[in-house]
Amino acid sequence: MKLYEKTASELSEMLRNKECSAVEICNDVIERIHETEDKVGAYVTVCEESAKENAAAVDKALANGENLHPLAGIPIGIKDNISTKGIKTTCSSRMLENYVPPFNATVMEKVNNAKMTVLGKMNMDEFAMGSSTETSYMHLTRNPHNTECVPGGSSGGSAAAIASGEAVLTLGSDTGGSIRQPAALCGAVGMKPTYGSVSRYGLVAFASSLDQIGPLGKSVKDVAMLQSVICGHDRRDATSKFMEYPDYAAALESNLKGLKIGVPKEYFGEGIDAEVKDSVMKAIKEMESNGAEIKEISLPSTQYAINTYYIIASAEASSNLARFDGVKYGYRAKDYDGLVDMYEKTRSEGFGDEVKRRIMLGTFVLSSGYFDAYYKKAKRVQNRISAEFTDAFKECDIIATPTVPSSAFKIGENIGDPVKMYYNDVCTVTVNIAGLPAISLPCGKDSKNMPMGLQLIGSKFSEQQLLNAAFGYEQICGGFDVLSKSL
Amino acid sequence: MKDYELVVGLEVHAELNTESKIFCDCKNAFGLEVNTQVCPVCMGMPGTLPTLNEKVVDYAIKMGHALNCTINNICKQDRKNYFYPDLPKAYQISQADVPLCENGKLEFMVDGEMKTVGITRIHIEEDAGKLLHDESFAGSLVDLNRCGVPLIEIVSEPDIRSSAEAKAYLETIKSILQYIGISDCKMQEGSIRCDVNVSVREKGAKEFGTRSEMKNVNSFSAAVRGIEYEAKRQIEILENGGTVIQETRRWDDPKGMSFPMRSKEDAQDYRYFPEPDLLTIVVDKKKVEELKKQIPELPNAKIKRYVNDYSLAQIDATLIAEDMEKSALFDSCCAMNKCKPKSISNWILSDIAKYTNETGKLISETNLTAEKLTALIEKIEKGVISNSAGKTVFEEIMKNDGDVDKIIEEKGLAQNSDSDFIENLVKEVFANNEKSINDYKNGKTNALGYLVGQCMKASKGKANPGIVKETVTRMLES
Repeated sequence: MKLYEKTASELSEMLRNKECSAVEICNDVIERIHETEDKVGAYVTVCEESAKENAAAVDKALANGENLHPLAGIPIGIKDNISTKGIKTTCSSRMLENYVPPFNATVMEKVNNAKMTVLGKMNMDEFAMGSSTETSYMHLTRNPHNTECVPGGSSGGSAAAIASGEAVLTLGSDTGGSIRQPAALCGAVGMKPTYGSVSRYGLVAFASSLDQIGPLGKSVKDVAMLQSVICGHDRRDATSKFMEYPDYAAALESNLKGLKIGVPKEYFGEGIDAEVKDSVMKAIKEMESNGAEIKEISLPSTQYAINTYYIIASAEASSNLARFDGVKYGYRAKDYDGLVDMYEKTRSEGFGDEVKRRIMLGTFVLSSGYFDAYYKKAKRVQNRISAEFTDAFKECDIIATPTVPSSAFKIGENIGDPVKMYYNDVCTVTVNIAGLPAISLPCGKDSKNMPMGLQLIGSKFSEQQLLNAAFGYEQICGGFDVLSKSL
Repeated sequence: MKDYELVVGLEVHAELNTESKIFCDCKNAFGLEVNTQVCPVCMGMPGTLPTLNEKVVDYAIKMGHALNCTINNICKQDRKNYFYPDLPKAYQISQADVPLCENGKLEFMVDGEMKTVGITRIHIEEDAGKLLHDESFAGSLVDLNRCGVPLIEIVSEPDIRSSAEAKAYLETIKSILQYIGISDCKMQEGSIRCDVNVSVREKGAKEFGTRSEMKNVNSFSAAVRGIEYEAKRQIEILENGGTVIQETRRWDDPKGMSFPMRSKEDAQDYRYFPEPDLLTIVVDKKKVEELKKQIPELPNAKIKRYVNDYSLAQIDATLIAEDMEKSALFDSCCAMNKCKPKSISNWILSDIAKYTNETGKLISETNLTAEKLTALIEKIEKGVISNSAGKTVFEEIMKNDGDVDKIIEEKGLAQNSDSDFIENLVKEVFANNEKSINDYKNGKTNALGYLVGQCMKASKGKANPGIVKETVTRMLES
């Protein structure tokens, strides 16, 4: 078994037992990148040199008997909307094609402090707007399980790298499902933490009230380990929650006895593929036979979630993306006549179609005369959706749903139909709207041999319970088989 | 011509003098090298987030208390979206529908009468950067040092009826800002700026006329000029049968004219929405009350006290109360209870004001202290030194400093009030001026002044002139 095939926790053990070195791990993963990146296209930037330097430094520190973080020397890929000092952070947009941040995101400081080996920056939908990574200005990312299919999005590069072995762990960001949906389509484990548990400082904002950085990996333990690295209060992010954060991996426990799992009927209705329904229900039944209690619940406002999400997210995006105006950094049009023309040409040429669509939508819903009918109403529906979840969690500990209505679709299949594309997020957006934590776990493959995802949703800041439930399911499955066999 | 009434509302922007900026740790300082007081946050780099400097909230609440506002201890911040190169995020974080303070009022004196102007609201927001234009380079450059400097915007009701009222309003606002210590109020550095809303209507009319909003008004005197110009312009339009259009105009002070910027139809849609990167502002009610206790006695209360307790003239009381240093000196001197408040007021408004005006110094930068001034005035009131000797002592203090008693002694300024000494002095003068004595007795009363003068001269100015006059009179009559 090659090193890149192993989980982060296995590699961590091996490093401590001197069964391998950090340099060997790093080289093995880089070799894998060389082998498969042509087919997968997970990366925007690969940082071979600095990765090898870090690995060598970790080996030296271990040889000196230094007490390092368990994830020291573990190779990680970073979504390209997370600011990395001195490394291009493009958001997969022409607008930031050559932008190099002068500072690190808070999560990068944490990743660097843990001495993880940063391999590079992962491809994504432009400014995290999309569900297939097809809106990237850079290149396509392909699903490692079938390179004719999309990897999902927007964290498509982060998920594809896990499924191809091009990274052991990755960071993604999730605004409406952007970690969980690609994790499901690529058969990886991906968690969207509670809003406020991971600092957003340095994450290039899409929708500030919904964005959250989170971990992707091959196992629940790996994801728990990485979550422990990145979580915590940050004084630079006013929305970050001040509290004690547990060591999730250390406290991981697989006992499902007495766990009350809510199953909302609205997530199993029309539009959800029968094969997905069946495999998710099968997973739930398996958890039941291992001691969990199943409760049918109802979340009636789910039907309004997509509309609500696209109004709130686009409104915030239209404001967040206004700073890309050609004045200070990033792309500026070559020929222009005066300030307004410079703005118009820069933004027309620098942004792709999907980004422009959402900026226009967001600008519209915030306009005077429309604000009350759209934005304000959407905020009211948001409150209702949140309240329904709060009520549901009085009856159950976690909620189980499909992550995505169907397995990965073909490249180009949905790109011409934005609304159809948006409906890929139908099961995930509610979680962002309510600020909850949720994790996507592989729950088998469909008749096309493509992975499907089980989504477990927790109440706010219940990551430990959520990860424990996920770990319980992982144990039932005897571990997840994440890596693609077909590359 | 019909009789018109002027209606003015003012929006005052004041920069707060907090140590750091409103949303980052950068220093809040003026006049430093361009683009040096900046960080990724105030430069609006992608991925950065604002965190609120709570001092800004405290300062604004203090102003709210000073202007008798209701304090909304729970309020939010909003984004005001517009594109301009001096605004790096392309939105300004401000407050829209729920300001920190609202429904206040300000009372102040204009031409001897009390005027009340309603305060609509006070909200907090961030300042933008500055565009630089110069012949030495093409295009424009931008200095982002001012980005994120904390501002409060104080919006008045349209209660102001003349340019004199506007000026008095602005001066009162300025002195309050100084009294509570939340703004440097340096006009030349742009730390107070205002937008002026002007309309006119026929006297007695109930409805307001159509208003214009004037921007770029950078001094109080410019506000006065702008208001007068704008009123005249609007009245002329109405007199010629035209209608005033609602628009934003730019005041050009050197030209003394306003120019159209944009009409109501072209008004920008700022697309305000709640700032998602910041939490709801929640200030403990106890804290709100504590801040109220920190408000010192404000100019208005001082004026009332000076008039009622010390019988100062309204104008003198106002001149002292509006200036923090003058009133501090006045209050300290009065507190010693050793001399007449009226004398203290006279000294402050004449010799001291003259000195500070001429030298450009603050009182605190001179050698003068309340103790020294009180001692000096006391010596005059007790007749130890004459008024003119007092001026000599004052000059010496300002020039070389020193103790009042010592200066009097060293310079030999003490007056002689000894009755025997003065009587002998008068006898001596009378002996040499028989003609004048006869003149006086023949009804030429101005001879008295001459004789007193001769006595003073004979004493080399050291005789107490009051007692000399009294003695001369008595001896002439006898």
